[in-house]
Amino acid sequence: MQSFRFSAEPLPAEAEAARAAVRVFLDAELAAGHFVPHRTSWTTFDAGFSRRAGAAGFIGLTMPAAYGGHERSGLVRFVVTEEMLAAGAPCGAHWISDRQSGPQILRHGSEAAKRAILPRICRGECAFGIGMSEPNSGSDLAAVRTRAARDGDDWLINGSKIWTTNAHQVDYLLALVRTGEPGPDRHGGLTQFIIDMAAPGVTVRPILDLSGHHEFNEVFFTDYRVPDAMMVGAEGEGWGLVTEELAFERSGPDRFLSDYRLLVELVDRIGPEPDRFQAVETGRMVAQLTALLGMSASVARLLDKGVVPGVEAALVKDVGNSFERAVPEIARRLVPVEPSLTAQGEPFREALGGVTLRAPSFTLRGGTREVLRGVIARGLGLR
Amino acid sequence: MNTTNHAQDGAADEVADIVLDQFERLLAQHLSPQVLAACDGAVDDAAWPADLWRALNDSGLPLALVPEAADGIGLEARTAALLIRRCGQAALPLPLPETIAGAALWAAAGGGAPEDALTLVPAGSPVRITRRADGFVLDGRAAQVPWGGSVAALLVDAIDAAGVRHLVRITAPGTVRDPRHNLAGEPRDALDLTGCTAAIDEVRTAPDWAAEVGVGSVEAAGAWVRAQQLVGAMETCLASALDHARERQQFGRPLAKFQAIQHMLAEAAGHVAAATASADLAAACWGDARFVLATAMAKARCGEAAGHVAEICHQIHGAMGFTQEHPLHRATRRLWSWRDEFGSDARWQERIGRAVCAGGGTALWPMLVRLRAGAG
Repeated sequence: MQSFRFSAEPLPAEAEAARAAVRVFLDAELAAGHFVPHRTSWTTFDAGFSRRAGAAGFIGLTMPAAYGGHERSGLVRFVVTEEMLAAGAPCGAHWISDRQSGPQILRHGSEAAKRAILPRICRGECAFGIGMSEPNSGSDLAAVRTRAARDGDDWLINGSKIWTTNAHQVDYLLALVRTGEPGPDRHGGLTQFIIDMAAPGVTVRPILDLSGHHEFNEVFFTDYRVPDAMMVGAEGEGWGLVTEELAFERSGPDRFLSDYRLLVELVDRIGPEPDRFQAVETGRMVAQLTALLGMSASVARLLDKGVVPGVEAALVKDVGNSFERAVPEIARRLVPVEPSLTAQGEPFREALGGVTLRAPSFTLRGGTREVLRGVIARGLGLR
Repeated sequence: MNTTNHAQDGAADEVADIVLDQFERLLAQHLSPQVLAACDGAVDDAAWPADLWRALNDSGLPLALVPEAADGIGLEARTAALLIRRCGQAALPLPLPETIAGAALWAAAGGGAPEDALTLVPAGSPVRITRRADGFVLDGRAAQVPWGGSVAALLVDAIDAAGVRHLVRITAPGTVRDPRHNLAGEPRDALDLTGCTAAIDEVRTAPDWAAEVGVGSVEAAGAWVRAQQLVGAMETCLASALDHARERQQFGRPLAKFQAIQHMLAEAAGHVAAATASADLAAACWGDARFVLATAMAKARCGEAAGHVAEICHQIHGAMGFTQEHPLHRATRRLWSWRDEFGSDARWQERIGRAVCAGGGTALWPMLVRLRAGAG
């Protein structure tokens, strides 16, 4: 019988205790008017917010103290993360570094890289972008063509990356590039490097999304010189590292809470006396969300124990993305309004407008729905 | 109950393994395809498999969730839920799930352990009770009672003249007005309860965790049971579809190699995983203040998943799965029945939605987090 490694074991008391602390911090941020929940999302880049979150001790929670971290469990970090998402906090300036790049550098980076970068990540002062996709390799990562060639103790990188979120504002990219031949399984010859965006040889071209918003970029490397110390993992081991990274990238509550604030605004807009249609559909969404919260916490517990639950993580992302993709479509049927980005004073209309325009990305970023279903199918023994 | 250390967990796991193994042996011994067919009301008059029930009853399994102090096995609710899921997987044609939950609910209300099969009366038209000199008398009708004509006792939510809800055990059920079946051919009898009597100690106040405004404890326990069974039946469907996709050759290769098929099965697996997560939560909440809300979430999510999983798995099986001969229908006809019993998914979604809207947007997140947190 097919079974998955989910469980309803509660989060430890230590993690639930952290919830109160992060709520105090977020309440103070809101009271100071530092962000407007229904206008932000976890990709919203706000360096000031990340710096304050770092100073308050909410970034680098699992990092060793030697690198400026707080040596808490992954489940404390999980709770802090979901509270930030539920509050609609603008996490874009620390999200990638805290979620995946920092942990990757800690596990596989050189000592020099750890010392130079991790303390700044923990302070909320160092933003990372992900350099995986390329113009000719979106979901098909094995087709990466950007190449790094040996040059003495350094490497010279030439090529380009695309869909790089906030590349124009980040300090570093963690990029997957080709250092050798792909081999029969196409997974060989790939290596990860830390790219310093301030160094010469990198240029960034903005790509505006369909709403005119600038978050995406294309990044070009021309004889970009990177020292050996900025290699993450061994030469040729990039594929394995990226796969491991994706389990973290795919199972978090960011995979189903992207538009949580729209759900909040919807409930308030419906008011305390819903009609039957509104009650049924709202209840349906909340029941789906309850299941996802349980699944996501389960995967967090497995990750915390050192298990890499690839299929369960892919299930969280696939089911989670389908949920968050459906929220605006349901919301618009429950309250007859016309969505608008300029409906100031009408948070539901504004939130619906913003989410409608962002929602196509939910089932693309971090692996498309179709790629995720392939991963699940492999886990089910179908390929 | 929620403050177990590792040693106790280990002991509980050992007991759980023993009980689940024992159940497996009983199923292997007694539950043949012939028995399943004979008990299927869609084929013939649904038989009551007396040998199987006697074996189950002798094993003490009906008292799985009754505490040891009340003469039960005292399994943890998560293990009892696995037992009930196994009933769902195997299409067990007996009210063992109803008896497990009903006996535990009755014990939690201070009643003694039942000696025979017990069923749960779904909320329908209100059942009223009136105090008499030597006990209570009932007035009302009950519809779609699982094995209502075959069991020794019924649990029903009944209302007195002051509008107060009571948990009532009826050990001399009224006449069967109408023997009916659900789509899976399981008995769902209509009973006339008017004139049935209950002794003083057969009328109790339900434990406060088990009921809420508008939801009686029997209805909630029934929904909790069906959510677990739905998970079991969905597991059977998915496993069968996976096997079929790996074995069935079309256009020169196994179905499993077609991307369209892979994506359908991945989607079904997502529904099963989400339904399982919600049923796990409900299982963990048996006996605490989150029980009714967690049960609402589980019945809502499992009920929604059931339709998708049945549809996808039938499509994968092709025409073969649409036959009486192929066992898939035992699982899918139960999915189509159970999702509507003890409140459809839409009914529970409506309850959740009304509660969420009444609380307002800001209260939603703390409610979700409290629901998932331990009862501690």
